[in-house]
Amino acid sequence: MKQLTALQQQARRSNSFRSAASPLDAAVDGSVKSPATIFWLVLHGLCCLISLVLGFRFSRLVFFLLFATSSSPSTTTTTTIYTALRATLPSSTAAAPPPERNVSAAGDGSRVVVGRHGILIRPWPHPDPAEVMTAHRIIERVQFEQRSQYGLKSPRTVIAVTPTYVRTFQTLHLTGVMHTLINVPYDLIWIVVEAGGTTNETASLISNSGLKTIHIGFDRKMAVYWEDRHKLESKMRLHALRVVRERKLDGIVMFADDSNMHTLELFDEIQKVKWIGAVSVGILAQLGGSEENGELSIINKIDDSQKDEKSSKLPIQGPACNSSNHLVGLHTFDTRPFVDRSARYIGDRAVVLPRKLEWAVFVLNSRLFWEDMTDKPGWVKEFDDVDRDGDDVESPLSFLNDDSVVEPLGDCGRKVMVWWLRVEARADSKFPARWIIDPPLDITVPAKRTPWPDAPPELPSSVEKSITVQENTEKHSTNRGSRKKRSSKSNKKHSSTTAKVLVDDEHVSTRDSRTF
Amino acid sequence: MRDWRWVFIVLLYLAISLTTESFEFRRTQRTERISGSAGDVLEDNPIGRLKVFIYELPSKYNKKILQKDPRCLTHMFAAEIYMHRFLLSSPVRTLNPEEADWFYTPVYTTCDLTPNGLPLPFKSPRMMRSAVQLISSNWPYWNRTEGADHFFIVPHDFGPCFHYQEEKAIERGILPLLERATLVQTFGQKNHVCLKDGSITIPPYAPPQKMQSHLIPPTTPRSIFVYFRGLFYDVGNDPEGGYYARGARASMWENFKDNPLFDISTEHPTTYYEDMQRAVFCLCPLGWAPWSPRLVEAVIYGCIPVIIADDIVLPFADAIPWEDIGVFVAEKDVPNLDTILTSIHVDEILRKQRVLANPSMKQAMLFPQPAQPRDAFHQILNGLARKLPHGKSVYLQSGDKFLNWTAGPVGDLKPW
Repeated sequence: MKQLTALQQQARRSNSFRSAASPLDAAVDGSVKSPATIFWLVLHGLCCLISLVLGFRFSRLVFFLLFATSSSPSTTTTTTIYTALRATLPSSTAAAPPPERNVSAAGDGSRVVVGRHGILIRPWPHPDPAEVMTAHRIIERVQFEQRSQYGLKSPRTVIAVTPTYVRTFQTLHLTGVMHTLINVPYDLIWIVVEAGGTTNETASLISNSGLKTIHIGFDRKMAVYWEDRHKLESKMRLHALRVVRERKLDGIVMFADDSNMHTLELFDEIQKVKWIGAVSVGILAQLGGSEENGELSIINKIDDSQKDEKSSKLPIQGPACNSSNHLVGLHTFDTRPFVDRSARYIGDRAVVLPRKLEWAVFVLNSRLFWEDMTDKPGWVKEFDDVDRDGDDVESPLSFLNDDSVVEPLGDCGRKVMVWWLRVEARADSKFPARWIIDPPLDITVPAKRTPWPDAPPELPSSVEKSITVQENTEKHSTNRGSRKKRSSKSNKKHSSTTAKVLVDDEHVSTRDSRTF
Repeated sequence: MRDWRWVFIVLLYLAISLTTESFEFRRTQRTERISGSAGDVLEDNPIGRLKVFIYELPSKYNKKILQKDPRCLTHMFAAEIYMHRFLLSSPVRTLNPEEADWFYTPVYTTCDLTPNGLPLPFKSPRMMRSAVQLISSNWPYWNRTEGADHFFIVPHDFGPCFHYQEEKAIERGILPLLERATLVQTFGQKNHVCLKDGSITIPPYAPPQKMQSHLIPPTTPRSIFVYFRGLFYDVGNDPEGGYYARGARASMWENFKDNPLFDISTEHPTTYYEDMQRAVFCLCPLGWAPWSPRLVEAVIYGCIPVIIADDIVLPFADAIPWEDIGVFVAEKDVPNLDTILTSIHVDEILRKQRVLANPSMKQAMLFPQPAQPRDAFHQILNGLARKLPHGKSVYLQSGDKFLNWTAGPVGDLKPW
């Protein structure tokens, strides 16, 4: 008795409990080496060996079967027998019949039976793609509901202004901005201003987005020097703002330059703007190698007091706040250390410097630009006063009479959600129009081995020529003649081992005949 | 003078009504009213509807046990301790036993813990019996009704059967002395020996502070479809499988371990609560017993509970319409769980989430300290109040005797 209680009082989820329930313990308890004990031990050992072979434990089962009729066990143990019997069939049965109804121990009419049950596994326990799609649609709907319940009550349209022009890196940059804008969960109008007039290249690129786009052209061609390019981009943005004014577009204007990098949190943050806000923009102007980072200095202080030189190493342009989270000024990126090394023309391999305050820092309510607005705040200038021919509007601050009305966003500028970057190739670099390669690529490097089926066969004909190059045969048909000449030489060097050269190898070694 | 007093009273009344209304307006989210089979009772206030008398037991039944092992305050059976504390300072408490409707015996039967923290139920029957003997000999109220107007809190695995193994618990049955009393327990299964008619099922204790501290902003999108963390096989106690959870958890694992919609595993991540808030469905399968704290956690975190436990009786089943909140899946249907869950119409899912978002729902599952209106303590009192007034059978006629004081296993009759 004591042994059993001692056993039972061990840690609850320990192994010994199940063994304590074994009927053989009754024999062990006596601790008398009678022949019966030895017999039981031997039988137990034999059963263990058999279980090892079979893969499941059946000693209890056999014991119960032998003694079930003689004694009258409680009905739960009978249940255990029946369910154990069923479980002795391979446990991974598809839709195994559930254990039978047991009446007494678990109460009348209960379907639930104590004991061992089979583990039900269906014949093909793998996900069904249609169900996965349904689940994703459910999740989408749930998230939409979440956003409408807990998110912004009345989100405003985002008006993104992007100046662009056709160049090598245009597709790269514009695709990045486009995909970011596609993922914005709010209504969006994308105004794309193109220098040199609208082109089909740009139009085809932005038409893939599925967004509401306004593609306008700007009559002047893009300049080659960075200084002029910055000025021209400002003019292009003003041209876009004029469209906002004319069409009375309502929403929040943000400046998404095509080579900038935006996070989606930015778009959640700018919804908070009332009239004009400023976000922190990280300036990625370093091209590596330089040890000193830009020094941060606060200029444009509101009360025009002495400039404070702070030597923190942050390449950021954005709002600066005091400890009570009020705007005191605007950080800018001190470009003075780099002026000597800065890039002058587009594609120059040097540091491209931003202007004092990039347009990307500012976020504006589109109503500031509407004409005849009665409830426009007093500190905003008239659009026509600002946009005069020849004047360089450096940043939207030119629209304000009073700089202190700028609202700091992004936890008072502590969170950087936009990065400013300028990576360009030289203006005269060539690239395939719309990045479609037509006519197909030409091989300029002779291959050591050629898998082409109509190449002159090598001497031992055990060479495998049946590589699947069907898809390339038409493309290369025109060049076959010229290639033959080149490849005939290489064929002689062709080894007799099976030519399992994949087509990819060929393409890796080829290069476009046009250079960059 | 009198006029000023009236004006002041009117102003005070207006102020109070305005403030309470303003609290109503805070709940701008669309939620649905919860009304169970007993009607719209979740928001009932039990104060004034019943009186409870608390027996003064020697501290060896409650305080000393708690002092020996303070872990009892944080494990999932802590409801018995917190209910005692709540009743001690509650307005429903009466010091006059003659006017009491219900009598409460504060005995902590689930506080004998192993080093791992799991309660051992072996001494609990003796402890309970000893407590009942004490109250029957010192006060006349037990003998008056043989316990029919007394209630006991037995939150252990199989409640008043006082054992953790189901077979043994069924063998023992409900403690004979508690046959006529009302039992407040976490265990609930239809047609089971350990759940008698008229019992009140309560949720297991979940620490409210801890749950609140893991809340994430509700705008975080729910991106996990089905979430579960826990054992599938209990290798220590059930090495062959099929015994633990009646094979349902093992079936879950075998069928869905490579399904991308099911985020199920046995790991213990530190972000368990946060992950639940990012899930649409949370599985609540049975284990060794059909109930689990997962249900409480799922309700608090707004994750629709998928209850896989045949014939389970859920907490406050008459006050909370669980069919409107959770999804019930029969154990034999577990292999088709993905089909079942994806075939629920999305409007139904949104409706369930709205009901779950109702703060009354979450409040009813918690045992906060100090007690707040409409929390689990109040729901227990509501349940007790709904059983009033006591029927005629409660009071014994002269000469009636129902309880058998010598019934039960011999070991239980030993003094504690």
